[in-house]
Amino acid sequence: MTRWLLWTLAGVILGGIVHLGTILVLPRTASQDAYARLEPITTVNTMTPIPSPTAAKALLPYMDPAFAVAVCRYDLDNGPMRLTAPVSQAYTSVTFYTRRGVAYYGINDRAAGRRTIELFLMTKPQHDAMPEDTEVTAADRLIIDSPTTTGLIVLRALSPEPGLMPMAQASVAAARCAPQTQ
Amino acid sequence: MRLLLGSLYTFILAAVIGLGSTWVALSRNTGFGALQIGAWTARPKTGTADIDPYSRAAIARTGALPVAIGDGVAFVARADDKGRALDGRCETVISGTTPSARFFTLTLYDQDGRLVPNSLDRQGFTSEELVRNQDGSFEVTVAPRARSGNWLPTGGVERYILVMRFYDTSVGVATRAEREAPMPSIKAGACR
Repeated sequence: MTRWLLWTLAGVILGGIVHLGTILVLPRTASQDAYARLEPITTVNTMTPIPSPTAAKALLPYMDPAFAVAVCRYDLDNGPMRLTAPVSQAYTSVTFYTRRGVAYYGINDRAAGRRTIELFLMTKPQHDAMPEDTEVTAADRLIIDSPTTTGLIVLRALSPEPGLMPMAQASVAAARCAPQTQ
Repeated sequence: MRLLLGSLYTFILAAVIGLGSTWVALSRNTGFGALQIGAWTARPKTGTADIDPYSRAAIARTGALPVAIGDGVAFVARADDKGRALDGRCETVISGTTPSARFFTLTLYDQDGRLVPNSLDRQGFTSEELVRNQDGSFEVTVAPRARSGNWLPTGGVERYILVMRFYDTSVGVATRAEREAPMPSIKAGACR
C-alpha cells in the first residue's frame, strides 16, 4: 500500500515537472503562432497591409475589427530598420513583437508626436556599435532595441466608424519599413 | 516486475497530470497578474516583455498578438456578473461607464477568437459609434434578435466572449482597483 502511495507521489511530482516543462517549451514549438501565420503573405522587411478580419476569414484570432492593420516582418541580420508611418486622423499605434509574439514595445501617435511616426529598430549590439555622432543618434529620434533578430512590427490605425475604414487603410498603406541606409 | 509496473504507473500518471494540467491551463486562459473588475479580466503584463509563461504559451498556441501596454489594454469577459457563461441565445445587457481612454472598442468573438457572422455584419462598437445617455453612460444589448438602441448581434451562437479594448488609457500594470477602472456591468436577461 505504502509502495503505491510512493509511486503515486512520484507520479504527481513528475507530472508537475511535465506541466512546467510543456508550458515553457510550447512557445518554441508552436507552428501556428502569429509570425508563422503572417509569413506566407508578407515579405521580409516590407510593410504589408493585411486584410481586416471578417466572420468568414481572419488571419489572426482576436483581431480588433475597428482597425486597419499593416505588418512588417523584420530581420535585423543585415542592419537596423527604419519605420515611418503617417498618423491617421483618429488613432495610430505601432507595436513591436518578438518572433514568439511577445509585445516588447508599443507606442501611440500621442507619445510619438508630430504628424509622422519615425522609429529606428535595431538589436542591442547594433545599437552599441553605433557611433555617437551619426544622423540617427544625434537627432532626437526614437531608437527601439529588439531583443530578437526577427520579429513583427504591427501598425494599427483606428477607424472610429465603418465609413472611415478606407481612410485608416490608406494611412497604414502609406507606411514604410526598410533597412536603414546610411 | 513490481518495479516495472510501478514505474509504468508513475509515468502514465505523470503524463496525464502534466499534459492534462497544461491543456486545462491554456484552454481556461489562466495566468498571473490578472486584474479582475466585475465580470471583466485584464492582464496588462501580457502587453509587455514581462508576460507570464502561461500567457506566453497561450498566445503562441492561438497565434494572437496581444495589445501592448503603450498602445492600450484589453478586458475579456466570458461570463456575466453572476458567473454564468455568456449565451448567444439570450439577451444580455452591458451598461455603465468605462475607464478613461481616448478610444475604446467592444467586440464579440466566439470561443476561438473568431468574429461571429450575423445579418447586420456588426461585430462590435467603437466608443464613437455608441449612442449614449445624457450622463455619458451607455447600454449595449447583446442579443440574437434586433433591439432598439445599441444592438450587438450574437448570431445565435451558444457561447461567446466579449473583449473591451481601451486605447491610450491610464489603465495599466499599476492599476489595482475598480475605482481606477470602472467597468460596465453584464446582466443576463431572457433567453429565446
